[in-house]
Amino acid sequence: MNPLLALSDPLFDHGVTGVIILIVLIKIVVGFGALMNAVILMIWFERKAISDMQSRIGPQRWGPFGLLQTMADGLKLMGKEDLIPAEADRFVFKLAPFLVVIPAFITFAIVPIGGTMHIAGHVVQLQMANPPMGILLMLAMSGISVYGVMLAGWSSGSKYPLLSSVRASAQMISYEAALGMTIVIVILVTGSLTTHDIVLSQGGNILHWNLIRLGLVPFAIFLIAITAELNRPPFDVVEAESELVGGFHTEYSSFRFAIFFLAEFMNTITMSAVMVTLFFGGPAGWVPPVAHLKWIFPILWFLIKTTIFCFCYIWFRAALPRFRYDQLMDLGWKRLIPLSLGWMLIVAGFLISWRWGLLMGSVVIFAWLVLTRAFELGKTRESGPERVLPTIGQRPIPGSVIRKMSEGDS
Amino acid sequence: MIATSYAVPSIIVFVGAAIIIIVGALGVITFKNPVHCALSLIMTLFGVAIAFIAQQADFLAAVQIIVYAGAIVVLFLFVIMFLGVDRTDHVHVEPLVAQRPLAALGVVITLGGLVALMAQSHWVTGVMSASTDGKPLESGTANVHQLGTSVFTTYLFAFEATAALLVIAVVGAVLLARRERTLQADEVEV
Repeated sequence: MNPLLALSDPLFDHGVTGVIILIVLIKIVVGFGALMNAVILMIWFERKAISDMQSRIGPQRWGPFGLLQTMADGLKLMGKEDLIPAEADRFVFKLAPFLVVIPAFITFAIVPIGGTMHIAGHVVQLQMANPPMGILLMLAMSGISVYGVMLAGWSSGSKYPLLSSVRASAQMISYEAALGMTIVIVILVTGSLTTHDIVLSQGGNILHWNLIRLGLVPFAIFLIAITAELNRPPFDVVEAESELVGGFHTEYSSFRFAIFFLAEFMNTITMSAVMVTLFFGGPAGWVPPVAHLKWIFPILWFLIKTTIFCFCYIWFRAALPRFRYDQLMDLGWKRLIPLSLGWMLIVAGFLISWRWGLLMGSVVIFAWLVLTRAFELGKTRESGPERVLPTIGQRPIPGSVIRKMSEGDS
Repeated sequence: MIATSYAVPSIIVFVGAAIIIIVGALGVITFKNPVHCALSLIMTLFGVAIAFIAQQADFLAAVQIIVYAGAIVVLFLFVIMFLGVDRTDHVHVEPLVAQRPLAALGVVITLGGLVALMAQSHWVTGVMSASTDGKPLESGTANVHQLGTSVFTTYLFAFEATAALLVIAVVGAVLLARRERTLQADEVEV
């Protein structure tokens, strides 16, 4: 038996048997089904909520309240012709949608959606997996989903998708730094990487939630960074309709487009769930003292909290105008990264003693003043060397240029 | 002989990871299109991550994906796309003189070093690390804890020196890339 498995999940404490494999399979199937259904509901919810905010009616034809609209759209998309542009890189073009949708699903696997249950004498955690690397898996997967967007744009062999993919790669990398830094702050107080421990450490009352315990700022940074990471409004320069047609998925049609669409909403739900896990205690909340209801209330709390965040994303989309590209970069590099670094120092200081905390606080304030001054100087002066250094050696000349040069202008 | 000291599942995992690594590495040097090369590089990095997990270095595996696959290769691709060098160029002119002999020399030195290392340690795991006197890390508990302790105590100087080196590189890159230009008063953005 691999001791790594036993470390974090009590299910594997006594070796692996057929029953345990069955439990794991059931967890995966139930998790996948739940996420797919949640996506369908989320698309309906977004369309309904947005139309309410814009004084429209929204989908209403298919099913009660238009609930089946998404199914109808999905069927319609599947019936459409699957086009691959002539200029496209066929293999990468087909690969890209899966690079977006698979990370979205894997990230959901580490989210604890409830406490623990006892099934057939085994302790079962209500999350698909609880690897020791825990929340780092989410960072790794968000790193992979960048490729989906990037390669989709590049492989389309068309200029707007390419522009979009260049934007996407720069944006996602920029905000990943701030994102990682806030996760470090959470890990500092938890002392463990696993999502299960992160949730456990926030149990008890509302004051133990990381939202309060870490002082709001990490949560604010995380919310902004994750919205940018998702390419959702107001950070959707990647698929800005008024500039880039549809962005990276302009050339996609039929079911491949449906996969991108699915992945975007799946990511929204997953990231809402991750946010609840990191800052809002996950399934923590009031549980009635009735033995048979103990397992269902944490799940309810989790669902309620996640739904609130899903609504927040819709709200952002309806209320906020899109960032300009340079504003987006400024916010990421000049505001969020220094702020998250400074806040991490302060939290680390207070974890040792209040003296260190105050010292770190004053250091951060001093650094902030210096930084503000530097930004002011940078606005009025662009300084650097007189000229760029000459390149070393000879540049390779493409064959076509050499041919033209040797043919001459005769 | 191998099967006596290693369980069958670990051998399967090792062989699988090794195949992924080697196929990816071959792809990097054989594909014509730079984007395909970068994709093969990601494949190799994933194979290495699997090998790390099989050795219970789960933190290293995660960092491998986050840093290398998630950031560095994305930057490679960014440059490839941004500069539009995703067409194959026939290089008639050597950009750096004596590049090929020097590369061959580098390969020989690396191979020699690897052979010398393997001669003195376990042939598969290469266990002979300085920090634990040849013992593997304690299995299970707190991978991150052990790594953090050794980085911030035993290897503090090397760690800080690396950090300083990276900062110097960044500052140098910014200095080289920027040009002297004084903005007019009316150009200043509010």
